[in-house]
Amino acid sequence: MGLAKRIIPCLDVDNGRVVKGVQFVDIRDAGDPVEIAKRYNEAGADEITFLDITASHEGRDTTVHTVERIASEVFIPLTVGGGIRTVEDIRNMLNAGADKVGINSAAVHNPDFVKAASDRFGAQCIVVAIDAKQVSAEGEPKRWEIFTHGGRKPTGIDAVEWAKKMCANGAGEILLTSMDRDGTKNGFDLELTRAISDAVPIPVIASGGVGSLQHLADGVTEGRADAVLAASIFHFGEYTVGEAKEFMAERGIEVRL
Amino acid sequence: MTESVAVIDYGMGNLHSVASALGKVCNHKIHVTSDPAVVAAADRVIFPGVGAIGDCMGEIRRLGFDALLREQVASGKPVLGICVGMQALLTHSQESGGTECIDLFPGEVKFFGHDHKSPEGEPLKVPHMGWNQVEQVDHPLWADIPQNSRFYFVHSFYVEDTGSEVTGRCEYGVRFAAALGRNNLFAVQFHPEKSHTAGLQLLHNFVRWNGQR
Repeated sequence: MGLAKRIIPCLDVDNGRVVKGVQFVDIRDAGDPVEIAKRYNEAGADEITFLDITASHEGRDTTVHTVERIASEVFIPLTVGGGIRTVEDIRNMLNAGADKVGINSAAVHNPDFVKAASDRFGAQCIVVAIDAKQVSAEGEPKRWEIFTHGGRKPTGIDAVEWAKKMCANGAGEILLTSMDRDGTKNGFDLELTRAISDAVPIPVIASGGVGSLQHLADGVTEGRADAVLAASIFHFGEYTVGEAKEFMAERGIEVRL
Repeated sequence: MTESVAVIDYGMGNLHSVASALGKVCNHKIHVTSDPAVVAAADRVIFPGVGAIGDCMGEIRRLGFDALLREQVASGKPVLGICVGMQALLTHSQESGGTECIDLFPGEVKFFGHDHKSPEGEPLKVPHMGWNQVEQVDHPLWADIPQNSRFYFVHSFYVEDTGSEVTGRCEYGVRFAAALGRNNLFAVQFHPEKSHTAGLQLLHNFVRWNGQR
């Protein structure tokens, strides 16, 4: 009895279309984020996260419209990340029906942006997305730093210290992605996840590397994450959200069934 | 004549989801409005709220919505408070350095704390964010919702589980009031508009409720 650990499918959206293909066998339009969000909603997803990778300014308007359409039909929380740089960007997404926004690079460029956003809209809707990479050498105590630009650009900022700072600035949640694990299917960086989760009093979503249901469970039990985010294992129909929840429940993890 | 629901808009947060969810469960006319006349003319009233209570109460008072809300409740029409909209109905909140609220329900809104722990001593994250179980106390608004169903919560402050007006209970380190009810007034700490089937059912029940226990 208590708060459930959340399972969050993540969609990459470019100009209003889902990319990195979702392969539901019986879906009419696998590129339509609304169709896919509805499907995940019916499958028991606890939230849905959209990563907007649209580059152009015009494309951003499409994203706003997409969020509007999803929010009209999907009655679970919706987070939109990617390209959130100004208070105006946040207002647009929240007005369109997003419940939370993910702030990544803009926080690194200007940490006070998170504070301004949290003061204006409330901590409950400000998710700080952290992309971290291990920088310690073999045999050294583990250390991770923040990277921007999809993991290409080092910042020299320590990941644990950064998480604490973002929390102090008013973040309501942290979306933590291991750049070492992202796309590998080798599982979360559990030491990183645990280091961050233990360092901050706010919820942490583990991301990057999920290839099996055991990885999801490990994120919670070993990584102490409050929520686990995954893309490909759900998109390609390897597992359903329901199977993931049953697996976790069998291992004593509280989930919403 | 078509029934109407007024969703009171005092500039705090997005009401799109509440309006969409209502549209999903009924054919009533839905007004997202800051016009007191529209609120007064509606058959039912929803009082939402997100963000810091100090900012919310500031706007509520500036717009005279505290008096408006009292009138609506006194009129006997069904009224539903959601999240900070519930907390604003209490006497006082510890948030924002201490905030006087509308006082339609007696009691204090408290902070979970920076060092919140389960009874077993496990650290608990704040905000309380996600799907938690609600122990229902018999009330028409819980109709057709299984006992102990999960609803989506996101909050750092909570209403104490005291008094006979608690209509739903939740546990997160402490037991707190997930719902309050008196006559035609009902309030929930969670977000029914984000709580999938159970949440939509609660809204379905609200738009058909006659305001009586």
